[in-house]
Amino acid sequence: MIALLRRDLMLAFRAGGGFGLGLAFFLIVTVLVPFSVGPQSDLLSTIAPGVLWLGALLACLLSLDRLLALDFEDGTLDLLATAPLPLEAALSIKALSHWLTTGLPLVIAAPVLGVMLNLAPAGFIWVIASLALGTPALSVIGTFGAALTVGIKRGGLLMSLLVLPLYVPTLIFGAEAARRGAIGLDGTTPLILLAGITLGTIALMPFASAAVLRMTLR
Amino acid sequence: MSLWEYANPVKFLGLSARLQPYLWAAAGLCVTVGLVWGFFWTPDDFRQGSTVKIIYLHVPAALMAINAWFMMLVTSLIWLVRRHHVSALAAKAAAPVGITMTLIALVTGAIWGQPMWGTWWAWDPRLTSFLILFLFYLGYIALWEAIDDPDTAADLTSVLCLVGSVFAVLSRYAVNFWNQGLHQGTSVPVATGGRTVADVFWYPLLISMVGFGLLFLALVLYRTGTEIRLRRSRALLARSRGDA
Repeated sequence: MIALLRRDLMLAFRAGGGFGLGLAFFLIVTVLVPFSVGPQSDLLSTIAPGVLWLGALLACLLSLDRLLALDFEDGTLDLLATAPLPLEAALSIKALSHWLTTGLPLVIAAPVLGVMLNLAPAGFIWVIASLALGTPALSVIGTFGAALTVGIKRGGLLMSLLVLPLYVPTLIFGAEAARRGAIGLDGTTPLILLAGITLGTIALMPFASAAVLRMTLR
Repeated sequence: MSLWEYANPVKFLGLSARLQPYLWAAAGLCVTVGLVWGFFWTPDDFRQGSTVKIIYLHVPAALMAINAWFMMLVTSLIWLVRRHHVSALAAKAAAPVGITMTLIALVTGAIWGQPMWGTWWAWDPRLTSFLILFLFYLGYIALWEAIDDPDTAADLTSVLCLVGSVFAVLSRYAVNFWNQGLHQGTSVPVATGGRTVADVFWYPLLISMVGFGLLFLALVLYRTGTEIRLRRSRALLARSRGDA
């Protein structure tokens, strides 16, 4: 398992294009927002938590299609499926490496972009906490979407259509926690619900992902 | 004699051919009677005026939109557990009908909402959940279209339907949490047995709901038959190509 994690991380870091691309996308989306809604700082500070969450979600989505596609093409997935390691575990590791290379940098970058969007000072801790709790769910749900569409040629757009509705509960609770925090309310309730979704998806989604991947590889 | 006998396509087609004329007739009768009665022979509501009459389209369509997804869930489970092709094809056949019902519910709701709420659309929990349901239908249909191998397609869409159901329910409650509602509560609460609709509106509505249910059944049987025959003709084509 650790070998697989190291391999995936190494590939992400060294093969270029993977690591950092999601982060750059996040940056660009956030920078484009003031251009589209105008530079009024009070408006920006109202929408900042939502924009940060939406940007993080899209950045996650963008990097999903390379999560399994390359391994599918060169046959690595076939080997993983026949390896003694359960496919569920292998896919959990894949989701973890996706989170480490995409989700975690987003969490770290979010405060910087929050400053640019004039996020209220009280909101920083809530944005960071909700993103840190929520992005793992985005990664494991995304792994399911990637497994579902890996056998389909040009499945990238289809995957967005399939994955985005699945992201709705995570986005609602995450953005709500960040929003409440930013206007000085207590965001604990949505944060707890968000944590519940993350834990539930981490526990259950790998089984669904492995099941659909076996169907595709059969 | 058990239900599983109809997993055999020949038996299924025979039964559905025998049932269909009655179903179509009953569905046509109920929908016509329900709608005509509802549109022309019920009084206007004292606050809503004649706009109340859209209920005879809106409520049955919304009811069937949810039940169609539920039916797809059950048939997907049957396909995954017992691998009866008819079951998978029935799920495939129900999806376009379900998405149409969802669309009807959304559109009639918007038309009613404009004079009553003063807006075509509000981010109300019920409206939003229906929009999300619409997206799930879209994804499900798109996935069916995208995969060439019919068995793999049935497998993948079935799992998507199961996972989608869980997330649809999650979204329903998440959306409730996220925004307070503008939409009125249910007119026909099944759990309590009571209802908030007066009898004059209730009977045509009931007939209309039964009619939409029968219409859905007839459409799904018809479309499933088409899918089975399509699959058969493909198999025949493939075989004749193999011989040549």
